[in-house]
Amino acid sequence: MLTVENLTKVYPTGAKALSDVSFLVDEPKVIAIIGPSGAGKSTLIRCVNRLVEPTSGKVLLGDTDVISLNRRGLRKARRRMGMIFQEYNLVERLTVMENVLSGRLGFVGFWRAYRRKFPSDDVAAAFRLLDRVGLEGYHNTRADALSGGERQRVGIARALMQAPDLLLVDEPTASLDPKTSRQIMRLLVELAHEAGTPALVNIHDVALAQTFSDRIIGLAAGEIVFDGSSDQLTADVLTRIYGEEDWSTTIRTDDDNDNGMTEGSDEGKQKGRPEKDQGSIPEASAG
Amino acid sequence: MAEHARKYPELWQRFTPRQTLVRYSWYMGVIFVAVWSVRNLDIPWFYFLDAHIQAADLAVRMWPPDMDFLGQLYDPLIETIHIATLGTAVTIVLAFPVAFLAARNTTFNSVTWFIGRLILVTSRSVNTVVWGLLFVAIFGPGPMAGIWAIAFRSIGFMGKLTAEAIEEIDQGPVEAIEATGASRLQVLWFGILPQVLPVIYGTTVYRWDINIRESTVLGFVGAGGIGIQLYASINLFSWQEVSLMLIAVFCVVVVSEFVSAIVRQRIT
Repeated sequence: MLTVENLTKVYPTGAKALSDVSFLVDEPKVIAIIGPSGAGKSTLIRCVNRLVEPTSGKVLLGDTDVISLNRRGLRKARRRMGMIFQEYNLVERLTVMENVLSGRLGFVGFWRAYRRKFPSDDVAAAFRLLDRVGLEGYHNTRADALSGGERQRVGIARALMQAPDLLLVDEPTASLDPKTSRQIMRLLVELAHEAGTPALVNIHDVALAQTFSDRIIGLAAGEIVFDGSSDQLTADVLTRIYGEEDWSTTIRTDDDNDNGMTEGSDEGKQKGRPEKDQGSIPEASAG
Repeated sequence: MAEHARKYPELWQRFTPRQTLVRYSWYMGVIFVAVWSVRNLDIPWFYFLDAHIQAADLAVRMWPPDMDFLGQLYDPLIETIHIATLGTAVTIVLAFPVAFLAARNTTFNSVTWFIGRLILVTSRSVNTVVWGLLFVAIFGPGPMAGIWAIAFRSIGFMGKLTAEAIEEIDQGPVEAIEATGASRLQVLWFGILPQVLPVIYGTTVYRWDINIRESTVLGFVGAGGIGIQLYASINLFSWQEVSLMLIAVFCVVVVSEFVSAIVRQRIT
């Protein structure tokens, strides 16, 4: 599905964000990428769809060599990769529906997009997705009227509108409060599994990564220092990724959370409208 | 106590002597420039002495406004508003592409950026009346010259403000639209335009309001509107007609400012 080989990125400033990163995604699983700020998580994800041009290395999406594509070919490849962002990156002055349908822009011509005349299949799919992410009836609401959690749901719907072969998710919960973070992560994982789409998820919350992912890749200073399943994540591994620290509390807190988290009751709320998240403080984007 | 005295001085001054000296030098410089300008201009003080008498005399001759003239005023006044409106409409069409060339994040390369900026600076460095003179030479006298004069002067204003708005947009949504595989034109239409639309609406109405004022003097150079009448009446010393026209223009400008303020307030 996705092959990344010897991916290296050196920024014009001389900072080496990625060095020789290689991994293989061959199952439709949710892969969390963890690591300290500046480890190259965002760069890695953006090199896959070339929002950032890698310096060297290979990215294969199926059989397509993404790095060697020209502009036109790249646009076609990008249609197959849905992306979700930390700051949601919705077009604020457009409606929820326009934002969701913008996921189809790669498939329609300019004049259709200009007149907002999307094919009826796309419109039907958009309504279905809005129901699924819990935003039923919100289609004519302007994006700037939504709360953080609601915006991220729109962001997820936009990415899934592409019916992508791969989801690239950049810190989906870093601007959300803990409860909304869990709801968003759960929704994301459910949808990825339903669609059978693998997802690369940058996340700096180790507990969330452990709870919601099938596989974890640990990045430190632009290199992969860990690649394994969630339960292989030990204090030793965390030290390798983040450096020396007393990790016992981090890992135990996570266990506590798992026990304490009443899956049933949370799941019940999930079906209804998303609650307004209170006091979600936008954080500065982690490198 | 002794320690305290050692630590802090007894006298506190906001400025050092050097800073004070620099400040007074600036004052002296400004006075010097003012004196120099007045001496250089060779102002005939003789006329200055009875200026208040002349002003009072003019006011008397202007009063009352010649109300019979009102019928002849209607058409030129409407023409003035039409010149401003059509000129602004032409501006939108011309300024929009120029703004995209002149914004660093949407231009193609440094050459196109330079061309964009050059157009904006050229447009703004020439006064509307001077543009009017040029277009009267091209189209002959009449409103057509006025429309183009208004448009050419407004391109710089609208283009500059729009280009600045484009440079200040949030790049996040643009990145997101690019990541869906959208074409360059689609990114522009879905990611960039919605973000600058409020600025475009606002500056258009604001510029229209300015253009109504500007188009009242375009007639002085033969480019149509009420200015032709105004110029004629001034040359004939028909001050009662002049005062009526000034009042009429004043009313139109007040209305246009009012409309502009309401529209700009309602943009979200």
